[in-house]
Amino acid sequence: MGGWAIAVHGGAGVDPNLPKERQEEAKRLLTRCLDIGISALRSNLPAIDVVELVVRELETDPLFNSGRGSALTEKGTVEMEASIMDGPKRRCGAVSGLTTVKNPVSLARLVMDKTPHSYLAFAGAEEFARKQGVELVDNQYFITEDNVGMLKLAKEANSILFDYRIPTLSTCGGGAALESPIQMNGLPISVYAPETVGCVVVDKEGRCAAATSTGGLMNKMTGRIGDSPLIGSGTYACELVGVSCTGEGEAIIRSTLAREVAAVMEYKGLNLHEAVDYVIKYRLDEGKAGLIAVSKNGEVACGFNTTGMFRGCATEDGFMEVGVW
Amino acid sequence: MGWAIAIHGGAGDIPLSLPPEKRLPREAGLRRCLEVGIAALKARNHPLDVVELVVRELENHPNFNAGKGSVLTTTGTVEMEACIMDGKTMKCGAVSGVSTVVNAISLARLVMEKTSHIYLAFDGAEAFARDQGLETVEMSHFITPENIERLKQAQEADRVQIDYTQPIQKETPKDAAVADGDSQIGTVGCVAVDNEGNLATATSTGGLVNKMVGRIGDTPVIGAGTYANHLCAVSATGRGEAIIRGTVARDVAAVMEFKGISLKEAAAYVIDRVPPGTAGLIAVSSTGEIAMPFNTTGMFRACATEDGYSEIAIWDSTSK
Repeated sequence: MGGWAIAVHGGAGVDPNLPKERQEEAKRLLTRCLDIGISALRSNLPAIDVVELVVRELETDPLFNSGRGSALTEKGTVEMEASIMDGPKRRCGAVSGLTTVKNPVSLARLVMDKTPHSYLAFAGAEEFARKQGVELVDNQYFITEDNVGMLKLAKEANSILFDYRIPTLSTCGGGAALESPIQMNGLPISVYAPETVGCVVVDKEGRCAAATSTGGLMNKMTGRIGDSPLIGSGTYACELVGVSCTGEGEAIIRSTLAREVAAVMEYKGLNLHEAVDYVIKYRLDEGKAGLIAVSKNGEVACGFNTTGMFRGCATEDGFMEVGVW
Repeated sequence: MGWAIAIHGGAGDIPLSLPPEKRLPREAGLRRCLEVGIAALKARNHPLDVVELVVRELENHPNFNAGKGSVLTTTGTVEMEACIMDGKTMKCGAVSGVSTVVNAISLARLVMEKTSHIYLAFDGAEAFARDQGLETVEMSHFITPENIERLKQAQEADRVQIDYTQPIQKETPKDAAVADGDSQIGTVGCVAVDNEGNLATATSTGGLVNKMVGRIGDTPVIGAGTYANHLCAVSATGRGEAIIRGTVARDVAAVMEFKGISLKEAAAYVIDRVPPGTAGLIAVSSTGEIAMPFNTTGMFRACATEDGYSEIAIWDSTSK
């Protein structure tokens, strides 16, 4: 017990038919990010710096749905959001509606460190970014061909769903996975992009931190805010634990999922693994989501009720694991 | 059991010396809004409808920091936010950065009922309001002379404030006299339960005086300023940043559930854990209990229960 621990995720809810190369690509990215985090922890960087560093890496890589590679709004643009929280004093920062900020998680950090506020959004956030001199790029930078294609499919799926009411897995025999796709957020899993990236860390001093970043829901209404920037929903850290969630945003918000892990530890005395299992089992109702968490004692855990979650974790005593299913 | 309702018009450093011309209109406002809520409950309206109705009234009242009478951002504009949640279904809706919609709480309700999302903000929220045919006006409709003055004072003191904040303590008393008069308004909220245990909460605000453009507070963050589940409905007010870190509204319900204590005890427990002078809340439980704790000097509030009890207050009964 004790020592540092780190976990990263690239979204809960994976298409069971995802090609092997894509799975391998994802695992390589998760491994690379874990290595960056581990290196930083070995150099004694505090947890709050490590989560920011790792999430920056995930944002910069176009593979997952954050920063470059973000899902697109119904208008084909990118609107990003992120939040970060520092366990010891529960300081936090969040941003939404970013369109030109290269690394949303770093802007969230600046909101936490440089303003009297906790959350800035849209034009006000962009203006703050300009004043802080953070790296800005054109909205085009974030848009990938893959996602342009996905948006088209999502729009088609939404109209098909509206007209033909594709049955969900629960009403079907279970055999024909291709005809009756798993759905998340109202989209077939082949089209739905896992929503977010995140990182949770506990350092050698037992300080926990968490950060989450996302482009949000494919084909979302402009101005839609999901769970990722909401403290207590997508992200939470306190003296005991650091948590980052991913999946159906609305379900995560209704269940205040990240806070729930900490609350059952604090008020019910559950340990980290029990807490994670409990909230995934009992707090999501029909919602589909996953989360990663670390405790001040150097434990790491993840839980999800989806088919798969891109994730990786490592602890100081040498344990390391990257997985999809 | 029976129905119960509580409303607030903001917690903060409301001085005991608040002059009658500042105090009376707000008390009258609370009284009227409470009566609107009571009538709606007596007519067996669902708590979700009741809280929306009451908060619309509070938004329209110019002496509270919501809708008309909202405090101003650092550039002198209005950016309103609101949130509504149904305890039984846990459906919720929230909006931020709204500048032309007469009743932000109704927009939040529409987000909840007419979209697959929970939270819309800024341009997207405004566009949705127009799509839905909600009443919109020029932003100037919401701006009152008191708030222009409040912003001026805050900018001179170079700070952001909850609106009740007394001028910086280290300064001379004469500054206290200047700022004191106009600083007494705050976020509004309403929580209600009917005699079947259906619970709902609604909160609405203009935010912090002199806030940065784009600043979002606790009101629209589910679990921070607003929350309801099958146990209770909560609406918080005060320093948004502290309420967010403290996940105040969610914690009241969590503490009730996990510690097995009463609403009153849970609410007091949660308020105790946020820094002094930063927060207050109103809450009702599924069994008709009411709690209205605050760790600020005062909180504009009112409540009533079906058995005939009612109360309108600003400070603690002990501080008179």
